[in-house]
Amino acid sequence: MIQYFVKRLVMAIPVMFFVAVFVFLLLRLTPGDPAVIIAGDQATQSQLETIRSNLGLDEPLLGQFVTWMGNLLQGDFGVSLISQQPVIELIGQRVGPTLSLAVVAMAMTLVMALPLGVMAAWRHGRLLDRAVMIFSVLGFSVPVFVTGYVLIAIFAVHFQLFPVQGYKPLSEGLGPFLHRIFLPALALASIYIALVSRMTRASMLEILQEDYVRTARAKGLGEKIVLFRHALRNAAIPILTIVGTGFAMLISGVVVTESVFNVPGLGRLVVDAVLARDYPLIQAIILLTAGLYVLINLLIDLSYALTDPRVRYQ
Amino acid sequence: MTTTSSPVLSVRDLRVATIGSRPSEILKGISFDINPGEVVCLVGESGSGKSVTSLVTMDLLPEQELRATGGEVLLNGEDILRATPARTKALRGAEMAMIFQEPMTALNPVLRIGLQMEEVYMAHRDMSARDRRAAVLEAFASVQLPDPPRIYDSYPHQLSGGQRQRVMIAMALALKPRLLIADEPTTALDVTTQKQILTLIRQLQDENGTSVLFITHDMGVVVDIADRVCVMRKGEMMESGPVRELLAAPKTDYTKDLLAAIPSLTPPEPVESEDADIVLSVSGFSKEFRLGSALSRIMGRADHAVRAVDDVSFRLRRGRTLGIVGESGSGKSTVARCVMRLEEPSAGAMLLDGQDISHIQGAELMRARQRLQMVFQDPNRSLNPRIPILESLCEGPLNYGRDRAEIRERAVEIMETVGLDPEGLSRYPHQFSGGQRQRIAIARALLMDPEVIVADEAVSALDVSVQAQVLDLLDRIRRERNLSMLFITHDLRVAAQICDDVMVMQKGKVVEMGPASEVLSNPRHAYTAALIDAAPGRSWDFEAGRPVTEVQPA
Repeated sequence: MIQYFVKRLVMAIPVMFFVAVFVFLLLRLTPGDPAVIIAGDQATQSQLETIRSNLGLDEPLLGQFVTWMGNLLQGDFGVSLISQQPVIELIGQRVGPTLSLAVVAMAMTLVMALPLGVMAAWRHGRLLDRAVMIFSVLGFSVPVFVTGYVLIAIFAVHFQLFPVQGYKPLSEGLGPFLHRIFLPALALASIYIALVSRMTRASMLEILQEDYVRTARAKGLGEKIVLFRHALRNAAIPILTIVGTGFAMLISGVVVTESVFNVPGLGRLVVDAVLARDYPLIQAIILLTAGLYVLINLLIDLSYALTDPRVRYQ
Repeated sequence: MTTTSSPVLSVRDLRVATIGSRPSEILKGISFDINPGEVVCLVGESGSGKSVTSLVTMDLLPEQELRATGGEVLLNGEDILRATPARTKALRGAEMAMIFQEPMTALNPVLRIGLQMEEVYMAHRDMSARDRRAAVLEAFASVQLPDPPRIYDSYPHQLSGGQRQRVMIAMALALKPRLLIADEPTTALDVTTQKQILTLIRQLQDENGTSVLFITHDMGVVVDIADRVCVMRKGEMMESGPVRELLAAPKTDYTKDLLAAIPSLTPPEPVESEDADIVLSVSGFSKEFRLGSALSRIMGRADHAVRAVDDVSFRLRRGRTLGIVGESGSGKSTVARCVMRLEEPSAGAMLLDGQDISHIQGAELMRARQRLQMVFQDPNRSLNPRIPILESLCEGPLNYGRDRAEIRERAVEIMETVGLDPEGLSRYPHQFSGGQRQRIAIARALLMDPEVIVADEAVSALDVSVQAQVLDLLDRIRRERNLSMLFITHDLRVAAQICDDVMVMQKGKVVEMGPASEVLSNPRHAYTAALIDAAPGRSWDFEAGRPVTEVQPA
């Protein structure tokens, strides 16, 4: 298993390399002179020259790539064109809120979606099942910002249980952190709760038909044990797949939520960078997200082995 | 019948119906008793309702689909149909226990055997963890499982089918229930394993005085295990009685037909046709499956090779049927797949009418394939459910460039040959019964005008009465068209009835080959003898309706 893990990590190197090449070419293949685009309409010739030499654009392409790669490997992602701060610092400041939001949203998803899905499958065709399904359709079809504003209107404005917006890091205490992050995380989680509960239900419905579930009942076991010990673990693989890809999408999909709740996270940094054509920053964020995808995929694959002893890696 | 003690299980006028807007009755008022220490067999073909009967008794009916609409099921005098769910849950596993058909799927694949076994004690007894473990190991030993501590720590996929069924039996008998329900417990097992499991059930039943409700479709198994038999058909009880009486003098026509359909173990007199030319000649056939990754090959590690078929040679004469007989893992299906070139043989030659077809490719292979056609085991899965029968039949000949109108004409003809109404050509597979579907599969093969038909377990999925009809059909077609047939089967009775010659395989090797009458009545190899000895119901002559061992007065 450790051997497999190392092998997969080694295999991630070429993947990341191709992502890096793509990211590098992204800037260079943009039609026209990137320096002109970056500098804007009003730029003077000397400003353009500065930008070119800053970006190394006066060197041959291969030379540029080698320099850029060399810097990357030393952890130097370049300097933001707008704020002139190192990109890595900018991302460092923003990654905390986004990761917190994603992790809390995912935790909420698991805590709510798994029991909902299991119960819906158990009461298949009954009232509870229908209710979960209706909720799930709602979760899918209502956009995040609507959910967000509705949650704010009810829980922040009307009942005044939570603040309307803002963010406090975990370092300022668990209470304030959770208090601020609850509503945005719930808004973000709504679609994943819908998705995962549906997947859990479908997977459980299939597993509940299996012979070994009948065997478990024939032994006189209680429904709770039948559902959670015997059925859910067997239903886990499709659920894990969905949770994993969901988590990866969640990281890149927080833009709207962060805007609605005014959370200073990565999502808003991306939007700002794209609007300002801050290429070094965009490149760094793409690399980071790609790396995260690869890592999450690996974790999902490993989790299969933990739930199913028949899965053996070579 | 006079019994002093009251029955353990008493089923009275039990009715079960489907749930829905148009409910149909699955059980139409059946009644039977099981006395203490008695083994009662419920026998019937698919759709007879025998499995539903067992599920009602265990209160395990799928509640969305079926429900009991009348009658009573008395376990020690207590009505299961009227008991609360909590009460039946307490009875399940403790007072009544069940063994299922498929040991491969009846155990949870992601939980250790030890835990699954301990759950029985957790659910019904208040025991310490150490006592539970001790009880589990003891139970494993009592069903003669080797190395109980190892089994305890294993997952189901690490055990063989027979071992898993032993675990199931240990689980069912853990709390010494009064009633054991066994639903086709040996159907998925090889004959030699089946014999061991039947002996084990009988032995444990004797020791504990358990009453057994044994469900089976196999009259041979009935002979080996039953005290009394109940014959069911389409939700009704046809007749019941002590096993020997019922087998010797069946009262209803249905039972008579059922018994008559059981193929005899004694092959008919051989027809001599040694002068017929050889259609298919296979020599030195081997098939190795290599397991190993590209990476380990680069690193110079040797592949793990499995020899599925090892140096097999045989000759098939025109108009004859050669049976390949063996248990699972014997390599008999791999031989068939290699002959069809669905697998590439690793070594050996295969001559079809003198032409070596073991390594030909492309257009040549396509021409050869037309002369070899296959009939598969499960007609429910071998026909595409989404296209009408006519399309399934035409695909092959169309592929060989025949004219559509001409094929259509021949399809109509062939449907009649296999005993089906040509009207059915426009229908879909699900509109036919299992036996009809197998006839369609045979028609599909025939439409290709083959010289050799390879039938891989072609009647194994069919009920015994349907099986007899399909065997007759295959035999008739072979004679009428002077076809040769390679017939793969695990069932010695079937082999005895249809094969001229028999080849017995074990672990990839041929252990014995010869005329069916000789091999089956006078086996030379110990393995063949063991197979014949393990065939269920060997002690009973179904044709004559009397035990085989009773020698006729001279």
